Amino acid sequence: MSESTLKSVFWAGVVNISPILIGVIPFALIAGVAAVDAGLDSFAAYALSPLVFAGASQLAAADLIGRDASLAVIVLTVLVINSRMVMYSASMAPHFVKASIGRKAAIAYLLTDQAFAVSILRLEERNEELGVRVAYYLGAGLGLWTTWQLASLAGVLIGAGVPSEWSLDFAVPLVFMALTFLAIKDRTTLVAAVVGATVAVAAFDLSYNLGLPLAA
Amino acid sequence: MTTISSGEIWVVIFVAAAGTFALRFSFVGVLKRGPEEIPDLARRALRLIPAAVMAALAVTGITNPEVSFDPWNERMLAALLAAVVAWRTKNVVATIAAGMAALWVLQALV
Repeated sequence: MSESTLKSVFWAGVVNISPILIGVIPFALIAGVAAVDAGLDSFAAYALSPLVFAGASQLAAADLIGRDASLAVIVLTVLVINSRMVMYSASMAPHFVKASIGRKAAIAYLLTDQAFAVSILRLEERNEELGVRVAYYLGAGLGLWTTWQLASLAGVLIGAGVPSEWSLDFAVPLVFMALTFLAIKDRTTLVAAVVGATVAVAAFDLSYNLGLPLAA
Repeated sequence: MTTISSGEIWVVIFVAAAGTFALRFSFVGVLKRGPEEIPDLARRALRLIPAAVMAALAVTGITNPEVSFDPWNERMLAALLAAVVAWRTKNVVATIAAGMAALWVLQALV
């Protein structure tokens, strides 16, 4: 496989994920602002993006840190939210069995809802060489990664400067609300959402900290 | 604003980061098997988790437990409108735009 072909496949991955990126930018901005809002210093607020690199869980972590939840609850909530990555990882695994361990680590690190959605159809429909598969996936994954890093950094830098009258903190539950409706795909996922919401409300009186893991 | 110490926050960030990477690396890096190898019960649980957790986070964010509960406050009304938009469009940006615009209008009116 020639270098130029791999380059063009990589860019095809970037191009195919770009329509999704428009929706990712405000999400990343809010994640950055929310982390600063929660009381994290700029460095820690930004560090979530390259280290955790999973939007909904970063937002949840910031939210819980701001409410002084226990450390175990914060970590547990992040991991429960990201547990869906196991399904993605399983779906990707057969296509990258022969990749080097370094490339597998890169593939795993870049695994997101969006990179998965953009890649899985092509992986399953076309029986391409390993190098082509990796190049396409890395294009999609790095396209999203770069956007997330820049936009969340912008959010961290803007962070403290947003006047509280704008009520930008309200954007956080709005993001979760949109993600809820995206996650509702049929009757069982609808029931799961209703149960999650009900348990979360009921657990308010009990203890805020217990609510999220219980709901999950 | 949090009262959690900066050291503890870094512990949370690193443990959350390592755990998240482990979840992503699980099958790609270690097990090398397809989704058919995941037990049925676990697969069903994994499918239901996102809807349950996202709904819980949305609700806890809207109904602020630190303030006495008032079902007709501006945030609740804006959230209801945003829920309709989220349901009809399944679009994150449209939901944020509708919810924030509704909140600003309601706050200006009250």
